[in-house]
Amino acid sequence: MARKSKASVESTEVLSGENAIQNKEIEGLSQGQIVRKRFFRHRAAVISLFTITGIVLLAFTALDWKLFGMVKVPGWWKWTPEDLPELRYGDCPNDTVGCPTISLLPKFLGGQGIGLGTHPFGQDDIGRDYFALVMKGTQRSLSVMVVIGSIAATLGIVVGSISGFYRGRIDAILMRFVDFMITIPVIIIGSVVGYRYGNLGAVFLAFLLGLFSWTGLSRLVRGEFLSLREREFVDAARVAGATNKRIIFKHILPNAIGVIIVSVTLLLSGAILLETALSYIGFGVVPPDVSLGLLISQYQDSFTTRPWLFWYPGFFIISIALSINFIGDGLRDAFDPRQRRRISKKERQESATARKLAQAND
Amino acid sequence: MVAFILRRLGVLGVILFGSSFILYNLAAISADPLQDLKLSTDPDRDAKILVLTRELQLDVPPPLRYFLWLRGVFGIFLGKPNFGTGRDGLAVIDSLALAIPVTLRLVAAATLLAAVLGIMIGIVTALRQYSRFDYSMTFVAFLLFSLPVFWVAVLLKEYLAISFNDFLREPIIPIQFIIGFGLVSGLFWASVVGRSRKTFWSTYAVAFAVSSSLVAIFGVTGWLLNPSLGPVVILVLSIGIAFGVTQISVGLGNRAALRASLTMAGLSVVAFYPVNWVFDNYPGGLNIFLMACVLITTAVFVGLGFSKVDRAPIVRTTIITAVLSAILVLVDKFMQTWKPYMETDAINYRPVPTVGERNDLLDTPDFWISSLDVLTHLFLPTLALTLIGFAGYIRFARGTLLEVLNQDYIRTARAKGLSERTVIMRHAFRNTMIPMATILVADFAGVIGGAFITESVFAWSGMGTLALQGIRSQDLNLLMGTFFVTATMAVLANFVADLLYSALDPRIRVGSGA
Repeated sequence: MARKSKASVESTEVLSGENAIQNKEIEGLSQGQIVRKRFFRHRAAVISLFTITGIVLLAFTALDWKLFGMVKVPGWWKWTPEDLPELRYGDCPNDTVGCPTISLLPKFLGGQGIGLGTHPFGQDDIGRDYFALVMKGTQRSLSVMVVIGSIAATLGIVVGSISGFYRGRIDAILMRFVDFMITIPVIIIGSVVGYRYGNLGAVFLAFLLGLFSWTGLSRLVRGEFLSLREREFVDAARVAGATNKRIIFKHILPNAIGVIIVSVTLLLSGAILLETALSYIGFGVVPPDVSLGLLISQYQDSFTTRPWLFWYPGFFIISIALSINFIGDGLRDAFDPRQRRRISKKERQESATARKLAQAND
Repeated sequence: MVAFILRRLGVLGVILFGSSFILYNLAAISADPLQDLKLSTDPDRDAKILVLTRELQLDVPPPLRYFLWLRGVFGIFLGKPNFGTGRDGLAVIDSLALAIPVTLRLVAAATLLAAVLGIMIGIVTALRQYSRFDYSMTFVAFLLFSLPVFWVAVLLKEYLAISFNDFLREPIIPIQFIIGFGLVSGLFWASVVGRSRKTFWSTYAVAFAVSSSLVAIFGVTGWLLNPSLGPVVILVLSIGIAFGVTQISVGLGNRAALRASLTMAGLSVVAFYPVNWVFDNYPGGLNIFLMACVLITTAVFVGLGFSKVDRAPIVRTTIITAVLSAILVLVDKFMQTWKPYMETDAINYRPVPTVGERNDLLDTPDFWISSLDVLTHLFLPTLALTLIGFAGYIRFARGTLLEVLNQDYIRTARAKGLSERTVIMRHAFRNTMIPMATILVADFAGVIGGAFITESVFAWSGMGTLALQGIRSQDLNLLMGTFFVTATMAVLANFVADLLYSALDPRIRVGSGA
């Protein structure tokens, strides 16, 4: 019986060229391996993965930062956001002060040669090193993003799976609450909370924002659980005597993980935009602390004369959000079982020749 | 159906009640209106604190105070809602009445533009799946997704408004710009149209020539200072519109439709001078509306007159053509207003504003000048919101259309031998529109949130500014008033989306479940 079905599978494979190529690729691989393989084929996602890793490494090695508020990790950059070096003037175009010294154009192309200089991103009004400020802001924004993301993800998954799995009254109560929360624009909640608690530190603020950002995810997880719990494999597990806990963690959650991971990445990119927007309108991270949104709001008036004060923080916000969005896209493709890679002409020809050979051998 | 609507409205009431209760308590806990007074060194500080406490009923705990607020809101059913008084002494309802139209204008314009552009580009990317155009538009969409709206707004202010105003002082278009613009537009149109290498490059050449010479002509003739279309250009464009609309709507093979829409395009141009006379002598929104009614009625009759069978699609084509050509006439009127507008003292040749929703210095009785002023003020904020919003539409339209194109009925339609136009427009596009329509309505509510930030960057005095002011001055009544209005709009929009979905999609039966 088994032999026969295998043979029939093989024959259909031989007959349909494209499927043959696809199926050959995933033969004998575990689900995780398939997903990983598909993900690494998504070029934009891989580039984004490198970018975000690079930004995280850059931000967290350049400056000192405290691990769990205790262990101090030293940074390699010579200035800190608190240093007040002398404001450079004289060597800048258009009589501006504190212009960036970074130079990416090599000497033989008429540039200054590749180098960072003393203040690669320039200096702000009072001479603080802007690279240090931007790095500090990136650290803040990244950690706010991670805190919002992990709190919202945890809450969303827990609430969504409870109401999707147990249904009934508990589901009704939780989902009504979600309905209430979803009606309030997150920017209003963020502002209300940020106005009062922004001065208690970025991480605390992020914690509070995380408490209000889980609703969308929980709806999605609930929907996934509702449809998965009706499937045959769950019935089979239940008949075999599995406990609810085992069914949730071993049977349903692994099947829902694709949807969850993708929407968590979207949650993350939403979180960094939320934090920067709140800081921009003054309800987020407050001075003397630094965040990317705050930097933009502080220096937007000097845009005409010293645009670099505006460009660099914006560049980091966009790079982070863009990379995360692309990673999310790559993951969506990777987890999508219907996802079919485009078969190149060459591969199609190769498979056709293989098919002909097989027929000739018959 | 009635039972369904009533039940849904009841649920909406409960949701509004719940969310406002949560926000009220949250805001009441977070805000302390007495904060300033407590820190002051005023001798009669305690008396002031007492007065304010009595005024804002601060001695009542927030969950109970909420019901006092709610009692005022329930006045809506009696015709006189009471949202309380703001801390600036104005009744909240009056501030809201000023702010609501401002925000609605912005949000409506942005949503509409984003949807139309996004759906068009999304459909093209889906039809050219895996092409270079598809990939680059995907990248653009992701880039726009990741842009913070305030960052875009500041950039637009700086580059579009200030530089463009500076440029208008001496409107000489540099040759680099002409060539660069031609190259970019050539690339765009070629990737939209092109399939084979030959069509790609011929489209590229045509688009390059047309767009760069247009820009050059604009520059040489000083068109940017005194723009107008004139009857001849309107005629040519209207004929183009007639052909284009007919092709997309029913196909050029349908001669009756083509004749009807060409007639209508011609009629719009014939009406050019009389309409302009009405514009000049009887300006006002009502008259424009009346003329639009006349126009559509005429279009219906023309459509009916030319068609013998299959009347509805032909009338539809005629109406679309008529509306588009009439818009050209209206645009031309605004272009004629451009020069007098720029010459007013308040504008003084700097027409693209960066702040506010209208120019308060502009004191003119002229309907057209003040309307143009509203439009120029709408320009930048709408652009900022549109840029952010339309990425979502591109992705969504693309995904939906691809899904629809995979359906069996599309294969059946192709197998029947229908033309590709019929398959795409009649079978695929219509089914794509079902989810798009609901997204559009629901998104209208979502954009209000984004409008908060945009309003604060462009210093518009809309709902967002009110809400932020409410938070900043710890003014609970003001915050709750704005929230109540935006939340009601959001909830109603979702309700309309649900109804629309069940009306458009016969597979969804109203009243079952829900």
